[in-house]
Amino acid sequence: MTTLDLAGKEAEDRIAVASNWKLVWWRFRRHHLAVASAVLLIFMYLIVLAPDFFSTQDPERTDARQAFIPLQAVHLFDDGKLSPWVPAVVGKRNPTTLRMEWTADPTRKIAVHFFGTGYKWKLLGLFETDRHLIAPVDPNQRIFLLGSDRLGRDQWSRIMHGTQTSMTVGLVAVALSVVLGVVLGGISGYVGGKTDSFIQRLIELLQSVPTIPIWLALSAALPRDWTPTQIFFAITVILSLVGWTTLGREVRGRFLALREEDFVLAARLAGCSRLRIILRHMVPTFMSHIIATSSLAIPVMIINETSLSFLGLGIRPPAISWGVLLQEAQNIQTLALAPWLLIPGLVVIVAVLAFNLVGDGLRDAADPYSH
Amino acid sequence: MTAIDPLLSVRDLRVSFALDEGLVRAVDGTSFDVLSGQVLGVVGESGCGKSVTMRAILQLVERPGRITHGAIRFRRDDGIVDLAQLEPRGAAMREIRGGEIALIPQEPMAAFSPVHTVGEQIIEAILLHSHRWQAGRALSRREARDITVGLFRDVGISMPEQRVDAYSWQLSGGLRQRAMIAMALSCKPRLLIADEPTTAIDVTTQAQVLALLRDLQARYDTAIIFITHDLGVIAQMASYVVVMYLGRVMEEGPVDDIFHAPKHPYTQALLRSIPSLHGKTRVALPVISGALPHPFNRPTGCPFHPRCPDAMDRCSAAVPKPMPVAANQLASCFLHHDEAEP
Amino acid sequence: MTRYILQRLALLPLLMVVYSFVIFVIIQAPPGDFLTAYVATLASSGSSISQEQIEAWRAQYGLDQPMIVQYWLWVKHLLHGNFGLSLEYQRPNAELIGEQIGLTLALALFSFVLTWAIAIPAGIYSATHPRSLGDHVLTVINYVGVATPNFMLALILMWVAFAYFDLSVTGLYSPEYADAPWSWAKLADLMAHLWLPALVLGIAGTARLSRVMRANLLDELNKPYVVTARAKGMKEWRLVLRYPVRLAFNPLISTIGWYLPMLFSGSLIVATVMNLPNIGPLLLRALVNQDMYLAGGILLIYSFLTIVGTLLSDILLALADPRIRVEG
Repeated sequence: MTTLDLAGKEAEDRIAVASNWKLVWWRFRRHHLAVASAVLLIFMYLIVLAPDFFSTQDPERTDARQAFIPLQAVHLFDDGKLSPWVPAVVGKRNPTTLRMEWTADPTRKIAVHFFGTGYKWKLLGLFETDRHLIAPVDPNQRIFLLGSDRLGRDQWSRIMHGTQTSMTVGLVAVALSVVLGVVLGGISGYVGGKTDSFIQRLIELLQSVPTIPIWLALSAALPRDWTPTQIFFAITVILSLVGWTTLGREVRGRFLALREEDFVLAARLAGCSRLRIILRHMVPTFMSHIIATSSLAIPVMIINETSLSFLGLGIRPPAISWGVLLQEAQNIQTLALAPWLLIPGLVVIVAVLAFNLVGDGLRDAADPYSH
Repeated sequence: MTAIDPLLSVRDLRVSFALDEGLVRAVDGTSFDVLSGQVLGVVGESGCGKSVTMRAILQLVERPGRITHGAIRFRRDDGIVDLAQLEPRGAAMREIRGGEIALIPQEPMAAFSPVHTVGEQIIEAILLHSHRWQAGRALSRREARDITVGLFRDVGISMPEQRVDAYSWQLSGGLRQRAMIAMALSCKPRLLIADEPTTAIDVTTQAQVLALLRDLQARYDTAIIFITHDLGVIAQMASYVVVMYLGRVMEEGPVDDIFHAPKHPYTQALLRSIPSLHGKTRVALPVISGALPHPFNRPTGCPFHPRCPDAMDRCSAAVPKPMPVAANQLASCFLHHDEAEP
Repeated sequence: MTRYILQRLALLPLLMVVYSFVIFVIIQAPPGDFLTAYVATLASSGSSISQEQIEAWRAQYGLDQPMIVQYWLWVKHLLHGNFGLSLEYQRPNAELIGEQIGLTLALALFSFVLTWAIAIPAGIYSATHPRSLGDHVLTVINYVGVATPNFMLALILMWVAFAYFDLSVTGLYSPEYADAPWSWAKLADLMAHLWLPALVLGIAGTARLSRVMRANLLDELNKPYVVTARAKGMKEWRLVLRYPVRLAFNPLISTIGWYLPMLFSGSLIVATVMNLPNIGPLLLRALVNQDMYLAGGILLIYSFLTIVGTLLSDILLALADPRIRVEG
């Protein structure tokens, strides 16, 4: 046998003993875009864990005199030396439009440093600290990396906090959907009969509803005096009420197919309990599919949350989500004046794209024969 | 080889598929002839390149597959044309495809579109090549339909008028295959390629379809290339046999010589693995040792040598050329001659 | 076939009952009833209403009765075409909805046609030229199209039109036609305004549909009947259009079932952002102002349109696919 044959043989042996998860990982790794997107998403969830660390100032801090300041880019070098700074801006009121017009002040530079100190915040609500990724050296200065809105709030810091809300809504809503989908879909597929057809009709009913109007109505029915946290969870539940149906269908399909498989029969003959058969023998075989489908459901949830909040009936201020931020961009005159208010929308698009790419990559990896 | 010009002459045909994992040489230097009115049997294990060879004749090899080398000379009324040189989607090739060379595919179930009636699909073929029925004038739909009904009657479909308007999934497997044969015959082809036409149907129907094909062959004097892995079917149908292994011809000759005096160890092994009425009972059937090599790991030299009981040192070093070993019989084996491929 | 359609038709009233009940529960959920809110609104605007009138309405809608009775009265009024009164507009809801329903349908249908007219050819091209440059470009467009919320797309378009071309792309009519009676010129003007919102509305659906078409067609192109058709000597493009495209098309018909609800959902957002006459923004205002009978009426119309759309798609599917037609 030649060495080449041996290498091939080793590869075959490696594949033969690899677990299903390893196989999925190997196939996923070949989709470079999906891997890059996964890295991006991991980074975004780091922001979710500690948005304050990435913020440069308190997202709620307003100053009407600093409204609509354009982007201030971070420059790393000053006179060839590593010394990060952002250009300062000066505002002049336009005598005819009475609007503030901001221009970069070439004479002044605001020095910034990494891991500097700023306002106080609590990591995971426990450990108090005042460290930030980027902070002005002089704590009395304000920097607006992505500009400011009509109330002079810092868009960069607000996007960081919006990321926390929107990405969490997506994740929690999908987690709820998965639970509902797996339980109801599983019952439907495993029990069959009347239960099955009832759940199927329910799914059809929910899927044929125009979702946004119903969500709006449900969300309008929420009591006005609820706290942002209560609203947040209510919106999540509302979103997952329809979201579970796709997963439910898929799980049911898998159950129906698996019920007839020999290994399930074997487990039943061996005296396994129903629950054990479902949890130990059936669920693991389509776990990877559920994960792939879920990762494709998260972006749908994010778009839905953003749309609801944008219309004013989702997450409500003072809570910050991407949709809430985009409400600032609703007025076209304002937008023409401050186009950077659309940046949260770009963040939405990038996040949704990343989720879709990861989801498609996972789906291909979980089931190479589906296409 | 023979005095008469062959209808189809395949010479050193090579077809390869460029896959992500590497190049698969599915057909690797195959040569054979088909004479007018002859039934040629092509036999071999699955994956030996039979079907790909036939697709290559019709220029139906799909991407990433490609004919890389060789000639497929086909005799027409106005001279000989090399099919391998024709544009696969060009007018000349489409004229021959379906008109002069027809195909009976392997799975009659999936070979018809389920949303068009079988009649519609056959009428379409007749209209495409209507000059083969009526020189100078295009056939009307009505006429094409009448021809279809006549063909259905010829292939033994009862109630042909009604069956023309049926969908393929409303017909039984046997009827479907008969309809497929009717479609293949619909343009009076000179050469019919039957790609395992009886594999997917049950044994009784299989016998009927084979009898029908023999009968039609005699009536229309069409040449048939009959592909199968079933040696029993070959013995019933073919007058001349080509044995293929891993994209190469191992042995060829008249059916009696191949069955009674096989020269190539592969043919011998194949024949030994057929159960016989006269053999001892309760004895394990001999099998060909080893497995078909993975397509990316083609053996060097004679493709059969790793599994061959009579392999010699030379077999792994050089590829034996097909050479005459008896009156009308050729074999590619160093046991019988010393000629290697260049 | 007739039996199949009749079966589906028989389901329609049943579904409407289920939907109307769910909708009623939702619009009843906020605290207080519509009359209390109505009186409060009137009082805040300085006008008032006689006690007898209030009592008459209270009886008419059964507001002091259990919810199920209220539901029954609501449905009874609905069946007589009485959708109730709007608090905010002080006008019958049926009138308010009636004024906008036509343009709502026009936008959705136009968007639907646009979606199919773009997605099907794009899907066919991608599937017949897999991994070509064009396929990759379309794939990128599809990914971005799916990822862009349609209000975002509307905002970007409006901003670009306003900031760089000084154009206003909101509304459905030019000012001179806004109050003009219907004429061909007005219709042409409407079409000129309608295509952009229709495109914005349809972009995500177009992207999804063309991906479905591509995947279906790629599957179909590998089926043996395609080889059979090729072996007949058919021209390649004719063959592709006649057989695999036809088969790949059938499952798409069933996507109408989820696509119509998606269109109505989306039209609410796009119409709100682009300020179009549409029942979507009307619903949004009604919900914000707790004008619940108006909201309920609109929700019911949405559900009805969706059910009818799904029904049509089922019938179309049966017509297109003999396997369902003959056996269903």
